Amino acid sequence: MENTIDTKELNLTKKDFESDQMVKWCPGCGDYGILRSLENVFPLLGIPKEDFVVVSGIGCSSRFPYYMNTYGIHGIHGRAAALATGIKLTNPKLSVWMISGDGDSMAIGGNHFIHIARRNPDINYLMFNNKIYGLTKGQFSPTTPFGSKTKTSPQGTYEIPFNPGELVIGSQGKFFARVPDTNLKLMSKIFKEAAEFKGTSIVEILANCIIFQNKIHSMITGKETKEEYQLVLEHGEPMLFGKDLQKGLILEGTQLKVVELGKNGVTIDKILVHDSGTHDPGIHMMLASMAPPEFPSAIGVIRAVKSETFDDNVWASIEYEKDNTSITNVDELLNSGNTWEID
Amino acid sequence: MISNRNKVVELEHAVIRFAGDSGDGMQLTGGLFSDSTAFAGNDFATFPDYPAEIRAPQGTVAGVSGFQIRFGKTDIHTSGDLADVLVAMNPASLKANMRWIANDSIIIVDTDSFIEKNLKKAGYETNPLEDGSLIGHLVVKVPLTTLTRATVRDLNIDNKTSQKSKNMFALGLIFYMFNRDYTKTFSFFETKFKSNPLIVQANKLVLEAGFNFGDTIEAFANTFKIEPAPLQKGKYRNVTGNLATAWGFLAASEKSGRNLFLGSYPITPASEILQELSRHKQFSAVSFQAEDEIAGIVSTIGASFAGALAITTTSGPGFSLKSEAIGLAVITELPIVIVDVQRGGPSTGLPTKSEQSDLMQALFGRNGEAPCIIIAAQSASDCYYSAYEASKLAIEHMTPVILLSDGSIANGSEVFKIPKMKEMQPIETPLVEANDDSYQPYLRDEKKLNRRWALPGTEGLRHRIGGLEKENITGNVSMDPLNHQLMTELREDKVKLVSNYIPKQEVIGGDISDLLVISWGGTYGVLLTAIEKLIEEGKSVSLAHFKYIMPLPRNTKEVLSRYKRILVCEINMGQFVNYLRMQFPEFSYEQFNKVQGLPFMVVEITEKVNEILND
Repeated sequence: MENTIDTKELNLTKKDFESDQMVKWCPGCGDYGILRSLENVFPLLGIPKEDFVVVSGIGCSSRFPYYMNTYGIHGIHGRAAALATGIKLTNPKLSVWMISGDGDSMAIGGNHFIHIARRNPDINYLMFNNKIYGLTKGQFSPTTPFGSKTKTSPQGTYEIPFNPGELVIGSQGKFFARVPDTNLKLMSKIFKEAAEFKGTSIVEILANCIIFQNKIHSMITGKETKEEYQLVLEHGEPMLFGKDLQKGLILEGTQLKVVELGKNGVTIDKILVHDSGTHDPGIHMMLASMAPPEFPSAIGVIRAVKSETFDDNVWASIEYEKDNTSITNVDELLNSGNTWEID
Repeated sequence: MISNRNKVVELEHAVIRFAGDSGDGMQLTGGLFSDSTAFAGNDFATFPDYPAEIRAPQGTVAGVSGFQIRFGKTDIHTSGDLADVLVAMNPASLKANMRWIANDSIIIVDTDSFIEKNLKKAGYETNPLEDGSLIGHLVVKVPLTTLTRATVRDLNIDNKTSQKSKNMFALGLIFYMFNRDYTKTFSFFETKFKSNPLIVQANKLVLEAGFNFGDTIEAFANTFKIEPAPLQKGKYRNVTGNLATAWGFLAASEKSGRNLFLGSYPITPASEILQELSRHKQFSAVSFQAEDEIAGIVSTIGASFAGALAITTTSGPGFSLKSEAIGLAVITELPIVIVDVQRGGPSTGLPTKSEQSDLMQALFGRNGEAPCIIIAAQSASDCYYSAYEASKLAIEHMTPVILLSDGSIANGSEVFKIPKMKEMQPIETPLVEANDDSYQPYLRDEKKLNRRWALPGTEGLRHRIGGLEKENITGNVSMDPLNHQLMTELREDKVKLVSNYIPKQEVIGGDISDLLVISWGGTYGVLLTAIEKLIEEGKSVSLAHFKYIMPLPRNTKEVLSRYKRILVCEINMGQFVNYLRMQFPEFSYEQFNKVQGLPFMVVEITEKVNEILND
């Protein structure tokens, strides 16, 4: 199912994907940047515009399909993964983009989330994690930090939140990336990598809900703190962060540890080098789990393990059966096995 | 092979019930007898009766598995009320089936199993073979286990394996009773146990020994013969409802040119449809076993959006879980078929038993005004045509269709005249050509009011749909009050207009009679048998059996208006009768309901009708 069409030949631009519908997110919402980013990336992928399908569930993020000029379907709460799977299995040629949020994916759609990760159909799964229910106006979600006061937790939550990356890796997921909604350049790069990855590419976007959970990611995204709390991963590169990239990660015993270059004899060759392609979930899980203030948050493609895709396997099995059956049409099927004739 | 020792008595029809422990191979035995019945040219219908547990405790009444077949020289529409012959492999199966046998039946028992331990497990205080409780029946006492073991003694097979073939001894005996040729069964053994010649030989020997035993012991004063039924010329096979349903969808896929997609979650008694379609990938049929019922239907909606003939199959509890998603299919106006193989409810209820109690859920069990086309399959072989027609209506009218089947027709089997694909009605797919400038997502066909189907990947037709209310014609999101009223009415009218595309309601019996009996769905066989019998007896009664539930056939009111009294019979507390009361309150209705997880018996219907006619 490789798309071999040349980008230049298609001659697509951002305009080709802009919808004529009024975008109705709150002014200042992080979702605007994500929309712009995706409109920028689609023309670069070498895929004809009619082959894009944008699929969503319910929530603020899930209005997305209406705001892009592609084929789109806005489904029901939590079930976009199933919708996307049905589309991809029916027509594997399509470039399927699924948009979801933390409520949609981690709560009502939690079951579908782990199963799409496990099956690995070639779908791009963008999860906007603003750690709150925005569309229903401010109740806590499964990713809301412990103790947060919200409309349904006036005394603070009593629930341990999910970390989406841990769920992806724990569910046999093959691709996981994380990006803040403030870094559109990196976001576009990651969207492109997600599109090119064969399998379910799950991207957690740290999205800001300006109304109900403003600055929830500010430690990671804030101007003053971002260098300290963002470890931008690159495959094959050492895991460095901080001002002038003077800090890095090493493995001490079975745990990650933050070190400073030049201190206590730490040199660059001691620093862990990122291998997004290793099947071993160990370091990937540790990276996904890292959180401020003890650690920086891992940004970029944490895991991208080459594997067979669900849709390829389904259709390979169909092709195999076609080549190896004596029953090729329904008349033959109905007349196969035990039959008898009445004259 | 017909014995010359005994007199051969000719019968019109007969009912045999094979019963044993769930591990005794009764379903296979029944299946093999059905095959030989087919070759004998009789018409027949079968019904399995098995426990919800895979292997309930051995020897207990809960663990009894049964298989009933009715066969005859006339049209057979039901698997029969009471058995003329019961094969009981152990005390529990005798106990469990006493209420299902005729007063003067022949009972064949394995005396080896009537030992104290087994009697106790079955809950017998005294041995029924000795305490006189079977007076009136002809009890044929056969030491099946001993005889089977003796038959295979020289084959050097272990006790457990020889034990397993004792069902073939019983089958041999029945073959003798009904003057059957067993060479076909021998070829079945050769295919089925190809890799194990010893088992083939054992089964052949045991079957033959059973047959010869019948000839030798002179337990029967006579044997029986049933002449072939006057079936129409053609090719036939045996099908269960679930098998026929799966094949009907494959046929619709081939005819419409749309690949089949099945998104389902396993559930009794619908799983066989998913299993069967998983075996036929060569037809480009994708079968997706989803993580739950909701993912099953939602993947189906996705597949429909992408252009597949998209199906989801389930039973009552799963049907409940799919409700919200059915609404999505209604508002996106995408063609899908939801098959509900009804079972006893509520909740987990009676998983292996049958009921017609999901009708109201199919009609109204969704949020908002969400009409669907509903059709109800009426027999095992009709499942083929119903699945085909459900697909055709879904695609041509661009709307979800609910196909109601039930446990009794899904697992029951009957003779099926094999249709040819060229005889099946064409299916017109309202697809939009690439770059059609006139395309608008919610622009409708004037006659049917369906929107058109524009598939992702087609140039020039990019559009968005979803669960938010759509603006008429453009399909943009709209919260406009008048538009919502209009769209609600359009969706409803679209379904109502289907009545122009389905047959008129037919009536069996006179246009004017004292009583119109109404039934729907899987009770057809019993009702037809009962009403035909009553008509033959000169009773003034007619039958209207409904297959199309939503919309009802366009002449329904006219049919109802012709009769003084109306009796609605159904396997629930009165769901169809209440639906008719809603639609046509001008008529008065009587009702006859049964909710025991069991089909009607013919005699129950005839008695009820006679009671009404006599009062």
